[in-house]
Amino acid sequence: MGGLLSVANVLGRLLTVFSLTYLLPIVCAAIYGDGTLSDFVYAMLICLGAGVILYAVTRRYYTELKARDGFLLVTLSWTLMAGIATVPLLLVYDAMSFTDAFFETMSGLTTTGATVMTGLDNAPPAINLWRHELNWLGGMGIIVLAVAILPLLGVGGMQLYKAEAPGPFKDAKLTARIADTAKALWIVYFALTMACVLALRIAGMNWLDAVCHAFSALSLGGFSTRDASVGAWDSPMIEGVLIVFMLLAGMNFATHFFAWHSRSLRAYLRDAEGKAFLTLVLGSCLGITAFLMWQGTYPDFWTALRHASFNLVSIATDCGYASVDFDKWPVFAPLWMLFLSCLAVSSGSTGGGIKMVRTLVLYKQSLREMKKLLHPNAVDPIKLGAVPVSNKIAFSVLGFIFLYFITIASSTFLLVIDGLDFISAFSAVIACINNMGPGLNVVGPAQNYQTLSDFQTWVLAWTMLIGRLEIISVVVIFTPAFWRK
Amino acid sequence: MKIIILGAGQVGTSVAENLVSEANDITVVDTDPSRLTLLQDRLDLRSVAGNASSPSVLRQAGAEDADLLIAVTQSDQTNLCACRIAKSLFNLPTRIARVRSTDYVDHPELLDESNFAVDFSICPEQIVTDYIVKLIEFPEALQVLEFAEGQVSLVAVRAFEGGPLVGHPLKDIRKHIPQVDARIAAIFRRDTPVTPEGDTTIEAGDEVFCLAATKDIRKVMREMRRMDKPVKRIMIAGGGNIGHRVVRAVENDYQVKVIDRNKHHAQWLAENVRRALVLQGDATDEKLLDEENVDQMDFFLALTNDDENNIMAALLAKRMGARRVAALINRRAYADLVQGSQIDIAISPAQISIGTLLAHVRRGDVAAVHSLRRGAAEALELVVHGDEKSSQVVGRRIEQLPVIKGATIGAIVRRIGQKDRPAYAGNPDETPQYKVIMAHHDTVIQSGDHVIVFVVSKRLVPKVEKLFQVGVGFL
Repeated sequence: MGGLLSVANVLGRLLTVFSLTYLLPIVCAAIYGDGTLSDFVYAMLICLGAGVILYAVTRRYYTELKARDGFLLVTLSWTLMAGIATVPLLLVYDAMSFTDAFFETMSGLTTTGATVMTGLDNAPPAINLWRHELNWLGGMGIIVLAVAILPLLGVGGMQLYKAEAPGPFKDAKLTARIADTAKALWIVYFALTMACVLALRIAGMNWLDAVCHAFSALSLGGFSTRDASVGAWDSPMIEGVLIVFMLLAGMNFATHFFAWHSRSLRAYLRDAEGKAFLTLVLGSCLGITAFLMWQGTYPDFWTALRHASFNLVSIATDCGYASVDFDKWPVFAPLWMLFLSCLAVSSGSTGGGIKMVRTLVLYKQSLREMKKLLHPNAVDPIKLGAVPVSNKIAFSVLGFIFLYFITIASSTFLLVIDGLDFISAFSAVIACINNMGPGLNVVGPAQNYQTLSDFQTWVLAWTMLIGRLEIISVVVIFTPAFWRK
Repeated sequence: MKIIILGAGQVGTSVAENLVSEANDITVVDTDPSRLTLLQDRLDLRSVAGNASSPSVLRQAGAEDADLLIAVTQSDQTNLCACRIAKSLFNLPTRIARVRSTDYVDHPELLDESNFAVDFSICPEQIVTDYIVKLIEFPEALQVLEFAEGQVSLVAVRAFEGGPLVGHPLKDIRKHIPQVDARIAAIFRRDTPVTPEGDTTIEAGDEVFCLAATKDIRKVMREMRRMDKPVKRIMIAGGGNIGHRVVRAVENDYQVKVIDRNKHHAQWLAENVRRALVLQGDATDEKLLDEENVDQMDFFLALTNDDENNIMAALLAKRMGARRVAALINRRAYADLVQGSQIDIAISPAQISIGTLLAHVRRGDVAAVHSLRRGAAEALELVVHGDEKSSQVVGRRIEQLPVIKGATIGAIVRRIGQKDRPAYAGNPDETPQYKVIMAHHDTVIQSGDHVIVFVVSKRLVPKVEKLFQVGVGFL
């Protein structure tokens, strides 16, 4: 019980800090005068109050967190943050149910970008900014942020970081101290976001839209301030800028950090995973362009290239913007995009899914099995670039992949049981577990998740959380061994 | 000359063997007294037991008035440290160190006066590796040596029935390949040197040493034997210091399989090669060799550190159908025993690697020394200095030089153009910075020439060096 209370204590501190994030929409509401100022102030006070009370009540139970507490803390804090972030939405939209609001904030924090809201074009600017800010915070991870700016997590910080950071190489630190590592990641993230804001402003967006889209592009969240998503601008310039930044965000931020740190691009050449990611995505862009021209969807090369590239990069990186209704394309194209969304992005990026590094490890593992048949005496370690990968990691990757598919299958079954058609159910689960956004059919890019039943909405919100925290961190809490003393 | 050798391992021992015969005062330092006793019993030298990197041991070894320090212990750190101490405490004039790790070699500034103070660094494993890589490149050759920064090559090749020149007098080579200026530097017939004259006939089974510009080497070899298909598939037994380097050097150009017995080492090897296939197992296990298609191999190299194992593995591979086999053999007796038998090439690492080292020790200006036939003969590259007054060779025609029986001047490499420009850059269109002149009776030697001299017996080396030395009048 003591462990649980000390987790609650840290949660209290996190909530207190989290309340600061309301300042951005508050300032926005004040500038635009959209009438949501008081709602956001109330929401902030609620968050602050809840945090302070939780902290004060459990103050004397505070102890250093153990490794197992880390998993609990991460899952609980993501759930709690998403829960408390619904307050402004519920205050502004009287008609919105808690279920829908929770789906929206969870979708924001996990950078999924699926939405149940319509009429975004006319929504108060502060509400849009709030949604995008959730995207941005979730992108690099709220715990990583907390580790970066708060000394409160102590030595347990590494455990928390491991529970939240995406990818199989969780022990890799950029700097000697975990807090510095977290700080470095956030600085790179922040710098790229600022660059994106400027680029989008120059490409023709207004400041609010530029900030919002920079937030959702770098986090690979995919929220937009328009119902028609990026398609509303119909601007090749904006799409080009977003493609570049989505690709940057789909690479390992550690690589960006090393490149910035050593002031040279050599870090990118050494990043085997990043190279595989770019090769696969850019190659697919050309392939899908050719396919769309062949099928006669867009007979003109440049049009085909533009739409294929933007939508493919957006889906493959798990961002989730759409510029056209790609659900209407011949079915191979959207299916291939969904497939890429499962495995394309790098570990340590803000995207979701299996991650390229695991794909490569698995691919090499299968090659190794075949080689073993031909050369029984061969010693053949799995290598990424020139770096050998230990068998331990290969096994953990296998375990992860198994859980990943089990999660997809079980969630799809739950949706199908509730009456959703198979394509919608399957694509919605893929879209949510990869934190990507739009699926196909009733949850396609031209539709949204509003039509789903409450039960389906909860299942998908849960899937998003599991996907964002890479399954094992969450599922471990539900094993009996976790609770055994 | 007073010489201190640190380390009585393979390299240290063969350096000592070579230098003792040339009338030097030698002190060997090693941590293992039993090794020193063995060495002292065999050779006329002094030994000191102790840590080679400690000042007191060096002083005991006579570092204060020594002329040369050769640090060839197993440990790079000991060697580097000893050089620094020899410089700082004893101001020992010349320091040579064996440095194996590429980590150090990649930073040459670490070796200069203000740091580790190493005058010359050598890496025996790398030298042996280069030698083996040459053998893979020229699979017909028994040995390939380069002079004058790769401009001139000396290649040893066994004459076979079917080579156009076999059964013909040497002077016919001009008729066969008129566009190539080549020289037969020596012939060994049943291990006895035969002085090559214009009318000497080459017989099948002769070991022929030919000197030619590097680009013409293949044409010359074709005269002696029919050429094999170029090597494509290589199997290497043993992935140790030398094996690993060879794999890294050739794995991009050939299909390479490497066998190592030690499980952990095989794992390490697999992580440190790019494309080669690493197998864990015994290279003398015929089941393994069969499974890995040893009969399809163009070249089988046994490079473990165990002579007997290498010989057995090479014999087995040859029996099972490998086209050409080579074995690394440290003991000279074994090497002489097996070369030319079932095993095509016996590689003696000590003889190969100390040539470079000896070049620094020899008097005169010796640019390179290569042991031939595992140390029986030598090829020297000497740099000519002085003028007609101070030198016995400058300005004279070769026929005017005093005759040393058993020594042949093979070729002269003359630098043309500006001196400070980098040597030949490998671009055939560019005027080469070096000109290769095959030695004829009327060729005149100039100051600055690199003269390649072929010596059938090591005993003749001091005579040759003396001939090329500059007289006292030249300073």
